[in-house]
Amino acid sequence: MTAVPLGIPRRLVEFTLDGQDTRVPEGSTLLDACRAAGKDVPTLCEGDTLTPKNTCRVCVVEVEGARTLAPACSRRAEPGMTVLTDTERTRHSRKVVLELLASSVDMSTTPKVAGWLKEYDAKPDRFGPDAARLNEEPRVDNDLYVRDYDKCILCYKCVDACGDQWQNTFAISVVGRGFDARIAVEHDGPLTDSACVYCGNCIEVCPTGALSFKSEFDMRAAGTWDEERQTQTTTVCAYCGVGCNLTLHVQDNDIVKVTSPHDNPVTHGNLCIKGRFGYQHVQNRD
Amino acid sequence: MSGKRDRAPKTYTRLTHPLVRDSRDEPFRRATWDEALSRTAAGLRAAQGAFGMFSCARATNEMNYVAQKFARVVMGTNNVDSCNRTCHAPSVAGLSAAFGSGGGTSSYEEVEHTDLIVMWGSNARFAHPIFFQHVLRGIRNGARMYAVDPRRTKTAEWAESWLGLNVGTDIPMAHAIGREIIHAGLANRAFVERATSGFEEYKALVEPWTLSLAEKVTGVPAAAIRELAHDYARAERAQLCWTLGITEHHNGTDNVRALINLSLLTGHVGRYGSGLQPLRGQNNVQGGGDMGAIPNRLPGFQDILDPQSRLKFETAWDTVIQPRYGLTLTEMFEAMEEGSLKAVYCIGENPAQSEADSEQAVRRMRALDFFVVQDIFLTKTAELADVVLPATAAWAETDGTTTNSERRVQRVRKAVRPPGEAREDIDILCDLAERLGHDWKYADAQAVWDELRSVSPDHFGMTYDRLESLQGIQWPCPSQERIEPSYLHGRLWDADPNRRGPLAPFGLVAHDPPVDLTDEAYPIRLTTGRRLDSYNTGVQSGSFASPLRRGEYVELCPEDAERYGVVVGEQVRVSSRRGAVTAPVWVDTGLRPGLAFMTMHFPDEVDTNQLTIEANCPIAGTAEFKASAIRIDKLTVPAT
Repeated sequence: MTAVPLGIPRRLVEFTLDGQDTRVPEGSTLLDACRAAGKDVPTLCEGDTLTPKNTCRVCVVEVEGARTLAPACSRRAEPGMTVLTDTERTRHSRKVVLELLASSVDMSTTPKVAGWLKEYDAKPDRFGPDAARLNEEPRVDNDLYVRDYDKCILCYKCVDACGDQWQNTFAISVVGRGFDARIAVEHDGPLTDSACVYCGNCIEVCPTGALSFKSEFDMRAAGTWDEERQTQTTTVCAYCGVGCNLTLHVQDNDIVKVTSPHDNPVTHGNLCIKGRFGYQHVQNRD
Repeated sequence: MSGKRDRAPKTYTRLTHPLVRDSRDEPFRRATWDEALSRTAAGLRAAQGAFGMFSCARATNEMNYVAQKFARVVMGTNNVDSCNRTCHAPSVAGLSAAFGSGGGTSSYEEVEHTDLIVMWGSNARFAHPIFFQHVLRGIRNGARMYAVDPRRTKTAEWAESWLGLNVGTDIPMAHAIGREIIHAGLANRAFVERATSGFEEYKALVEPWTLSLAEKVTGVPAAAIRELAHDYARAERAQLCWTLGITEHHNGTDNVRALINLSLLTGHVGRYGSGLQPLRGQNNVQGGGDMGAIPNRLPGFQDILDPQSRLKFETAWDTVIQPRYGLTLTEMFEAMEEGSLKAVYCIGENPAQSEADSEQAVRRMRALDFFVVQDIFLTKTAELADVVLPATAAWAETDGTTTNSERRVQRVRKAVRPPGEAREDIDILCDLAERLGHDWKYADAQAVWDELRSVSPDHFGMTYDRLESLQGIQWPCPSQERIEPSYLHGRLWDADPNRRGPLAPFGLVAHDPPVDLTDEAYPIRLTTGRRLDSYNTGVQSGSFASPLRRGEYVELCPEDAERYGVVVGEQVRVSSRRGAVTAPVWVDTGLRPGLAFMTMHFPDEVDTNQLTIEANCPIAGTAEFKASAIRIDKLTVPAT
């Protein structure tokens, strides 16, 4: 008997990636293969702890013989396939997708997106000042979370994190259809009337800052949020015996945000309300 | 009746400098560290032989190691204990009696790959939310889950079947399950014969517990008990998880033994995916015990009564270790009453609010000749002290390690600077030791850890470097090259009797109903527990703006609320045989007639522990927080 079940051995799949012979374990996505080969493929709706809904379409690649482009985050590698990640067609598609997203959504707090806009020569302004935007005020209906719909790209990550992929609270879902679709809690009401348990796991996965901690939101509004000056230290939560790892983001000796390492065997990046927000007692200093 | 109550609980401000006073009638005054420590040294010196140490289940392993060393070497006593006594000491006692080791036998990851999960007396969805994510993964992977709990909790909502037993009838339930497994021919006979002892006695013990008798006693339909018994026995792999619903009883250790019996009967222990998981309530309640901050064990879970173990530590520490067990936290409180314990050094604990029958605990601490409290806040306990020493918050302001419920030792790191003159626990302890004639020098937490590794084989392989690169290591870890299996007691399955080691005995435990009986005067059973967003006595969790917090309520089922003619928010008088409090009513459909629920999170608002009974488990010393008899009286005049 082995100490730990090893599972069914995974075969290696051989295929061609940008002209290079590539071998990845069976079940890997094309995005996994690209990352293993050191290729930087942009993506927004893919998260390391989640199975993506492939909604953002930024990561598309060309599979030889296929009529349409394939989302690398969801398409699995198959033996013998030929994949091209950097063709005129993929570049054009990414450029247009980025232009559409950035013209309709405030991407000012989306990491890396500025670089991608430049790389793909995307010009979100070309749709003019009348490009459709929500233009809503951020929703602040409690002391822990802020929901800024102007920044939401409908990637479903928060829905998945709150739903069956992790938290199983099901407070968040998509309401409306077509252009009216939006992420919401029950009846699109305030968070405080919803099933939300304030674990913050939706904020942990939000790629654009549409969901943010009120501590960060307030500091950004006051112009004091400065990631350059922040340290990140991983320690262990003190609220129960489970032993969740917490990464404390500290600015000027104050804890300003709490996250958890996504590869941690205890948390897989998830926390509960106490671990995520229960740090204030340490800094009740006077 | 005002509609909305102020939901902001009392918040505590950090202690920034030492406080002293000459007599307990005086207010505290600010002191220098030198004065505070000189007073402490004098107070402790005067109490040699009548000293007790309350160590801290929330501080690091390193701090607990130094604290127990302080008690044993500087003060020459084994009277060292922590709040593990108020929660999970019965789990440690029960597991060590059966397997010789007091840790949970499985890992979180195994819950994801098991076939059956029993959550017994555990509302993990609220109390251990991230552990419950592993349970949910298991359920999504196809495992069935059973919930055994008097309340239909948020955990129970995920179960195939909820067995809502009467409070304090866990042993009848477990025995009936055992009997049904034996009678159905589902016992794992090969495992029972090879790895256990006392089966015949156990069989005779459970024989009277037919399903119909169990139904009468527990209130759970016989068919539901039978279904759980068959499912547990037939499962390829099964996890039995419990929390304080099992341990916080006057016979908590017996409850734990009754559950362990089921794993022995079916062979659900010592294999990947099969095991026993007591979910611990504090970040380092496991580690505190592992470090020897308990009265009967030296670091590394080595027995004080074993001369070889003592000799090893006497050599390492250049001291003489008392060859007898010290007093448990509970016994220390009793010794205060008798006057045989005169001085207490309390680190990071709040017994004035966390002990059952809290008024009695306060009275006893007031009777001490000398009382020093080391904490980050001026808690209700610190208010009783002669000297208060400002400490650091272990999890954010110090380096070290803590050990979680799956025995995983993980690194704690300093992220923020402590306020004012607050000092690290180890630093304070070493300074005091020096004033009492022991020159201990530790360069840092790692130096303490390396000393511990040199005396505890189970921790030897865990260097700080390995803890960092592997994101924590589970004990035992005797080798620096290897990682042991994630589960304990695989030896029980070994074909070779020598390697199989000592057999695991069945626990022959009898049903003993709660001490505080319900009657006409006190007809309602009160049980206690945690909410999702709050923690223990609320000193830490009260400070953040939780939208979920609604303060303390006495929770009743809709039928009882109607019977008493009370509505949500209405203030009522809640009395037990020990005390009375006023609390507003909440109605919870997860309760049933005759069962009420309260938390201990808001003691400054409603001191629930004035109601609870200090009826202690004779083996582990844990009090019966889970079962008090109360009455509800409608207030004629609204309370102000």
